[in-house]
Amino acid sequence: MKVRSQVSMVFHLDKCIGCHTCSIACKNIWTDREGAEYMWWNNVETKPGVGFPTQWEDQEKYHGGWELNDKPKNPELKLKLQNRLQTFANLFSNPAMPTMDDYYEPWTYKYGDLFSSPLGDDQPTARPISRVDGKPIDIEAGPNWDDDLGGSNIYAVNDPLLADMRAEEKQRLFSIEQLFYFYMPRICNHCLNAACGASCPSGAIYKRAEDGVVLINQDKCRAWRMCVSACPYKKTYYNWSTGKSEKCILCYPRLESGQSPACFHSCVGRIRYLGVLLYDADKIPDALKVPDEQLVQRQREMILDPHDPKVVAAAKESGIPDGVITAAQNSPVYQYVKKWEMALPLHPEYRTLPMLFYVPPLLPVLNATGANGTQRVETDLFSSLENARVPVRYMSRTLAAGNDELVIKSYQKMIAVRLYKRAETVGDVTKEEADAALAKAGMTAEEAKAIYHLTSLPNYQERFVIPPYSREGDIEELYDPQQRKAEAGFGRSQGAQRGL
Amino acid sequence: MNWIEEISNPHARQWEEFYRNRWQHDRVVRSTHGVNCTGSCSWMIYVKDGIVTWELQALDYPVLNNGLPPYEPRGCQRGISFSWYQYSPIRVKHPYIRGVLVDLWRKAKETHQDPVEAWTAVIEDEAGRKAFHQARGKGGFRRTSWDEVTEIIAASTMYTIKKYGPDRIIGFSPIPAMSMLSYAGGSRLIQMLGAVSMSFYDWYSDLPPASPETWGEQTDVAESADWFNSKYIVSVGSNMSMTRTPDVHFAAEARHNGTKLVVFAPDFNQVAKYADWWVPVNAGQDGAFWMAVNHVIMNEFHYQHPTPYFLDYMKRYTDSPFLVELNEVDGKYVPGRMVRAGQVERTKDVENGEWKFLVWDEISNAPRMPQGSLGFRWQQQKGQWNLEPKDGLDGSEIQAQLTFFGATDEQLSVSFAEFGEGKSFQRNVPVRTIETTNGKVTVATIYDLLMAQYGVGRGLEGDYPADYDDENLSYTPAWQERYTGIDRQTVIQFAREWATTAEKTEGKCMIIIGAGVNHWYHNNLIYRACIGALMLTGCVGRNGGGLNHYVGQEKLAPMAPWASIAFALDWQKPPRQMNSPSFHYINSDQWRYERTYTEPQPVSRPEVEHHRDMTQEHTLDANIRAVRMGWLPSYPQFNVSSLEIIRKAEQAGAKSDAEIRQWVVDQLKSGELKFAVQDPDAPENWPRLWFIWRGNALNASAKGQEYFFKHYLGTHNQIISDEVDKSHFKEVTYRDEAPEGKFDLVVDINFRMDTSALYSDIVLPTASWYEKDDLNTTDMHSFIHPLQMAVPPSWESKSDWDIFKILAEKFSELAPTHFPEPVRDLVAMPLQHDTPAEMAQAHIRDWAKGECEPIPGVTMPNFVVTERDYVNLGKRFVSLGPKVEQEGFAVHGIHMEVGDLYREILKSKPTVTWNGQTYPSLENARDGANIILGLAPETNGEVAYRAFKAEEERIGLKLTDLAEPTRAVRMDFKDVVRQPRRLLNSPVWTGIMTDGRPYAAYTLNVERLVPWRTLTGRQHFYLDHEGYLAYGEHLPTYKPRPDPLAFGDLEKSHSEGKTIQLNYLTPHAKWHIHSNYFDNDRMLTLSRGIEPLWISEQDAKAIGVIDNDWVEAYNDHGVTVTRAIVSARIPPGICILYHAPERTVSLPKSPMRGNKRAGGHNSPTRVHLKPSLMVGGYGQFTYSFNYWGPTGVNRDTFILVRKLPGKPEF
Repeated sequence: MKVRSQVSMVFHLDKCIGCHTCSIACKNIWTDREGAEYMWWNNVETKPGVGFPTQWEDQEKYHGGWELNDKPKNPELKLKLQNRLQTFANLFSNPAMPTMDDYYEPWTYKYGDLFSSPLGDDQPTARPISRVDGKPIDIEAGPNWDDDLGGSNIYAVNDPLLADMRAEEKQRLFSIEQLFYFYMPRICNHCLNAACGASCPSGAIYKRAEDGVVLINQDKCRAWRMCVSACPYKKTYYNWSTGKSEKCILCYPRLESGQSPACFHSCVGRIRYLGVLLYDADKIPDALKVPDEQLVQRQREMILDPHDPKVVAAAKESGIPDGVITAAQNSPVYQYVKKWEMALPLHPEYRTLPMLFYVPPLLPVLNATGANGTQRVETDLFSSLENARVPVRYMSRTLAAGNDELVIKSYQKMIAVRLYKRAETVGDVTKEEADAALAKAGMTAEEAKAIYHLTSLPNYQERFVIPPYSREGDIEELYDPQQRKAEAGFGRSQGAQRGL
Repeated sequence: MNWIEEISNPHARQWEEFYRNRWQHDRVVRSTHGVNCTGSCSWMIYVKDGIVTWELQALDYPVLNNGLPPYEPRGCQRGISFSWYQYSPIRVKHPYIRGVLVDLWRKAKETHQDPVEAWTAVIEDEAGRKAFHQARGKGGFRRTSWDEVTEIIAASTMYTIKKYGPDRIIGFSPIPAMSMLSYAGGSRLIQMLGAVSMSFYDWYSDLPPASPETWGEQTDVAESADWFNSKYIVSVGSNMSMTRTPDVHFAAEARHNGTKLVVFAPDFNQVAKYADWWVPVNAGQDGAFWMAVNHVIMNEFHYQHPTPYFLDYMKRYTDSPFLVELNEVDGKYVPGRMVRAGQVERTKDVENGEWKFLVWDEISNAPRMPQGSLGFRWQQQKGQWNLEPKDGLDGSEIQAQLTFFGATDEQLSVSFAEFGEGKSFQRNVPVRTIETTNGKVTVATIYDLLMAQYGVGRGLEGDYPADYDDENLSYTPAWQERYTGIDRQTVIQFAREWATTAEKTEGKCMIIIGAGVNHWYHNNLIYRACIGALMLTGCVGRNGGGLNHYVGQEKLAPMAPWASIAFALDWQKPPRQMNSPSFHYINSDQWRYERTYTEPQPVSRPEVEHHRDMTQEHTLDANIRAVRMGWLPSYPQFNVSSLEIIRKAEQAGAKSDAEIRQWVVDQLKSGELKFAVQDPDAPENWPRLWFIWRGNALNASAKGQEYFFKHYLGTHNQIISDEVDKSHFKEVTYRDEAPEGKFDLVVDINFRMDTSALYSDIVLPTASWYEKDDLNTTDMHSFIHPLQMAVPPSWESKSDWDIFKILAEKFSELAPTHFPEPVRDLVAMPLQHDTPAEMAQAHIRDWAKGECEPIPGVTMPNFVVTERDYVNLGKRFVSLGPKVEQEGFAVHGIHMEVGDLYREILKSKPTVTWNGQTYPSLENARDGANIILGLAPETNGEVAYRAFKAEEERIGLKLTDLAEPTRAVRMDFKDVVRQPRRLLNSPVWTGIMTDGRPYAAYTLNVERLVPWRTLTGRQHFYLDHEGYLAYGEHLPTYKPRPDPLAFGDLEKSHSEGKTIQLNYLTPHAKWHIHSNYFDNDRMLTLSRGIEPLWISEQDAKAIGVIDNDWVEAYNDHGVTVTRAIVSARIPPGICILYHAPERTVSLPKSPMRGNKRAGGHNSPTRVHLKPSLMVGGYGQFTYSFNYWGPTGVNRDTFILVRKLPGKPEF
């Protein structure tokens, strides 16, 4: 058992309001610079939809992530990109690279005209102009172009996940009685088997040992941009100004000082959770060599119970500090991912072992046409699994590599908690009905209470359990911490030229 | 296979300093955003190198209690993008003035030493005036200096006061709660001048008139944490994800606590995504649904299975047991007025007997007079204004009889209107006959009238529906289908779930309601239908229940001391406060384009109610009457200056104030003197000078924007509609030529070049929200917290407070020449809510028609003589005046003595001394904030105690226990800077917050028996004002949406090629708060670079439009050009242009309208006032600023949409 610790994340999609506050928290601090304008380390997508960059989930186009060879007896994992980039010569032409069209051309407006226009015969207005060449631009794409569209015959219909759904299933998405949409905030998944890192010819991409944060070394990056292609989530971006690629850094300067990442801090829907997961790194290779539908289960198996004395002993053996083990024991992520099995990884079939997990969203029940062409709402008290608008199939393609059972289980728990609480606080649902729902979901009343608490009531400290970072230890390798205390921030100034 | 490398070696990771350095910062300062979003979010502003770099939410709100989710974090995508504005190219960094104007000014200054004379020369030169008016909005700005520009403003102010009177100057700034001192700076100057503060809450149509109608309250709602206490949340016309972004987590979290969420909206909107049920009710038809819900509730939970909790609640807290007279018309009966105590022998001599009302008492088996009604509020003897079930005459216990059903054998066939089809129904109602001093009168309880109105037959004879499937007899679940498009079974199930939840939880059903409903013409009826369901099931005044109307950040918690500073009440009374809807309708000449809109009345009313003509007249005529009778304010006041009129009265021999008043009355009676509203287009009656700050008066709220441009500004416009024939008008002096360019000067104070700034003559740079000190409160939570100066005001900007202080000084510098002595000013005041004037007009009696005598303050406006000291105005501005010490405060009729606290402030806080007197200082906004915090019951426990003590005496029941535990609390600015602080219990508000309980409206009324400020002191189903009887709105009812043609949107606009007619909806947006943040490059990037027009797949197809195509949307009032966004979440027949994009960004020209710049979202709108909301002097129907009056509705607008021909041109 090789125990490693990873700062991991859960996004509770049932609570996401698609407000994008997270995106701007990140943008303000990290990507508001020249060359980074188009980067959205954190973005939010309306699903179904084409996402950002457009159709990022279409790996036939982008060749991101990993794939298994077709030898079931001797399964081997390889980067999907390697099909196209077999030879070193191909390094200089990477056909799977997204272009500006796949992102968008950043723009702004000629605001200054409002002040400086000379008196004319009509009102001045600030025209949109490109931030690339400064010329007037016809805006046809943006980083959130299909926001709130729901069933759109241009965008949603081109969601890669819908590609092989049946026509009548698809049509359902475009009828107002049945359509659905939900929000999918996305940051770097800080994968255990990050394709970006594996693809980097310069070895610039690494995982921090203490927290698993995946970083691109800005000194070592040589602008090959293989990471841009290899990341199936399209979460590394090329900075055209610095000539380096950049990506979400999970706000490590904030983590290191005991604060949650800015996008977590600012999440006003309170959908985000962050905490340590301990996992057995020895299990990684085998966990990835299984058929799609087993991937989630194998990933869960890798994650270790931080309360298990054997795990604790092994963790200590592996050099994990006591404070981190305690953080792992208090981790809300552990609860949702492993204990309750409610949170699922985004596209596990990309086989990068993403360490960001999502609780799927409930949606309203379906409507139907009643007498006289009226709208009739399904009669369930609450949104249910049977009559809800969101198709399980769509969710399982998103979060479970097509394994419907995993998604259903997550929903059953959420629904059972609601019925349990309804019975307790109102009583128009009987205790028997509530107990039946709990039984169906395979859970106890105690678990229902715990899920309720962490879903509805958590404060900042419960949502974000940040492990202690003992920075002085690392700093000591470089400087005397007392010297660091005295000198940090002074930077380097040039000594005086003497003796002239 | 390559594995990703794991690195721990710090040597290999030294580069990580790169990002650490970015995160480093120098200072973190708490502030917030002064925007009318209701968020009131506490933000931490990060400063690095003296530059604001970013902001993140504060996380330190005090926890209310552990059973509730915490408030952290609060703050949305818009707020977090504010730092972009700080140094952006749209920031106003210096004072600007239109070049044409400044050239004229400088030329005039060459020949005129005195600035007022210079301004006279500029403005009285017709050609020059026209030249700069026509230049408005068309570029040509020049930088100027503060000295020059403040001199121009002071000069024009002085000129206007001298020539026309101070009430020709108006100041508009919305929603003080969002930055109360910034508002107060401007309004303080405005009021010291004698100028006019313009209302906002009603103009924005944020005011729900149903709230004053039902509760006598402007608005009172639960804080968002209380959503978590609800077990059944229904969203009606509210999109909480978009507009209550920092609050909506409470709804999501409540769902996981077993709460059901139902969303009513025509489109599958963002909050529908959260819901258990999305009910796609047809746009604007929610009222019909709720009428049918109430039918089911009354039938099943009141009649078939009487629910004790519901019936007890109805009896105690609503008007439903009160008695109503039934009047005979042609052998049929109609409900009339409530029975008054003065009508019966037993109580005919009680004080205010006309304003005390009767119930049938089961104990004495006779009519009795319960305490708590309006007459008890204003009588000599204190202590009877409460909701104890006691008789006001002898204190005996009363058991009010809700229904006469089964108690009497008497029945009458009563007529009820059904406006949907224009029908009337005869329904039997159980009645009693009572003996009055005027003979026998037949009466029914309001409860029985409700049963009949909702169509619950209880086996009685008449046009009662047999069952829920009756489609013709109102108001069954089947009946509502044709309006709502919702199946009857859904109504029935909904009603049963609602009532069951309310019964089991004793009132934990909640409606969250908003602008999606409140902006319809008949919004008050829709609201009353919703409120009915709450009252019938005992859900008002309960935690987790109630009507939670969230539209506008109207709740300024520390209102009492704030109002004193803001309206200069510390120096002089009364203030001039105008209802903007009437003002704009009248003065921007929108009335000239509106034909008389009459509603058919299916039920005949008795002859005695001869004010039936209310329903048949032109809106302007109705407004003129409302002014004449003291129902609504009206400024400009008279066709003579309010200063001049006193000189004239004195010339005519009037000496005392009383004689001056009488002279004015006589002049009005004889017709010598006229209200300005009677001739609004006469040059002497135009408003002349407009100050705009903290708002976007020429764009975001400018319903009828093109009319503003034409008649106010005299610049280009996109109107093609014709004026209606003058035969429509009876009262108004109609001038053949409609004036253009009424306003001499428009001054905008702004930190960004928005549409209002672009069209103003002068733009003053103001400090942004991270550059000034201020206070902020909301009704969404119960904390008070600050705006703070993270960096000094950037470039040449100054805080609003400081700008108005400078203007005050500058104005006073001119006064020794022009007004060396104090001058007297006659202020005309409408009859005021929360004063005995609520009992002024039991009947509609028009003195101008000889129906009664003109008596100021009773049958007409009150006239008050006050004094203006212009020489000392600048000094007064910075001094908290002596009236605070002498008179204390009065809010909502509650009086607070604070003289000792005033004297304490003189000792402990900064002071100013002039003319030998020392006053508490108001030199800067922080001084003002400390005074407010130090004197408000919500932030000073001693003042709270005193206020409860005063309230205790009025109602005669114990209340001070609510203040005792926090009596020692004192807050000041330092405290609220440290952490948001929770407000204290206060009788100014109605929620009890003891021990971390979330604020929920009216819990004080329900638990402590404090009456509502209404006629009966209870919550009203029934509104017996003669105007309401005439309009058929005495009972909750359904009225159809006005016919699009009646509003004249599409008389002259025609289809051009493939065109479609759509209902034009402008709900609140995701990417901006009104127009704030719309022009923010962050928000534009995350949306579509523009505010697009949302249309359905079907409608887009019909006009050959695909997503992102440019479209032109137009009607007779104006035109807008934008891109289409096509989505299946929008139903056919409606389109949405989210409120309120600016005209300043990315707006092409309109090929249809002469290839001139197209307009914004308000270009195709025009305001339509509902005349029934103009009544006054009658209980809760008595004017107060932002409390009562017609609202600026605009949902009932229709437009034509076509694909833009060719490419857009800029």
